[in-house]
Amino acid sequence: MTDTLETTTAHDDKHDNHHGPTDKQFIAIFFFLAAITAVEVLVSYVDIGPAFLPVLLGLMIVKFFTVVWYFMHIKFDHQLFGRLFYIGLGLAVAVYVAMLSTFQFFAG
Amino acid sequence: MSDSVITEPAPDVVDEHPAQHAGDDHGHDDHAHGGHHSSLGLSNNKLAMWLFLGSECLLFGGLISTYMLYRNRHSAELGPDQLWDIPFTSASSFVLLTSSLTMVLAVSAANRKDLRNTKIFLGVTALLGGLFVAGQIYEFTTFYREGLGFTTSLFSSSFFTLTGFHGVHVSIGIIMLVATIGMIQKEKISGDKAEAVEMVGLYWHFVDIVWIIIFTLVYLIPA
Repeated sequence: MTDTLETTTAHDDKHDNHHGPTDKQFIAIFFFLAAITAVEVLVSYVDIGPAFLPVLLGLMIVKFFTVVWYFMHIKFDHQLFGRLFYIGLGLAVAVYVAMLSTFQFFAG
Repeated sequence: MSDSVITEPAPDVVDEHPAQHAGDDHGHDDHAHGGHHSSLGLSNNKLAMWLFLGSECLLFGGLISTYMLYRNRHSAELGPDQLWDIPFTSASSFVLLTSSLTMVLAVSAANRKDLRNTKIFLGVTALLGGLFVAGQIYEFTTFYREGLGFTTSLFSSSFFTLTGFHGVHVSIGIIMLVATIGMIQKEKISGDKAEAVEMVGLYWHFVDIVWIIIFTLVYLIPA
């Protein structure tokens, strides 16, 4: 089998620019996600009062969509792929928020 | 030629579908040269994978909601406050997050037709996934020794079901990674290798985003 590196071709530079982040940008995104995870853990140890829940949920949503948009490439791909995923995600959120509301989960 | 750096494009890596790229603002579907395409010119494999991941949201949504509903249904001695080891789980989360980076680097290498680095990054991803599963087995064993069995309480049943299902997904992902490495090695992938690696990558990242939710809702937010 031929294992060939073609990392420095003009074609690949064009390819990367056109289709999404470069490897360096992926690494930068990873450090961003790691930093958010560290902040999440920190927040769980310190008392920030009523901001605790919104801050943690906000950080979780930022991490979630950062992975979906950049690592899963949804931001740079055809819109149909994203729509298929978002329909499933939206349906899940709607169904289970309704289910939890039925059991008065949010009442307390 | 092995592990060499080519500074000029090889004939087999020259853009095979320039016309397709020219008018394609989103166009990442050029990976699917070897696969079947929908009438939109998109890869059927990729459409199916995204549809599958959308349906998986419903599965994990149900498991997470059930846990949220029953997370207070436990005895005073065997609840999250007594059992959770946040530093350990944080380290596990970091391992899985790192595996997402190595996975995306494997997809990137596959897009460059750099098979050597593709296999290396896939292998590292599988190892990190194995480390995460090992951590989960250790955690389950610890909880069991402290008296938390699957049927101890509604809390324990919903917790083990949720995290167990996630662990099974990670394990399936590891099998997919190892199988992909083997198939690349033996040249068993017909069509575009980059798309095959990308499919595994999509699944792996999905497993990661499910853990992002579990880590916050189950471990960090107290009942």
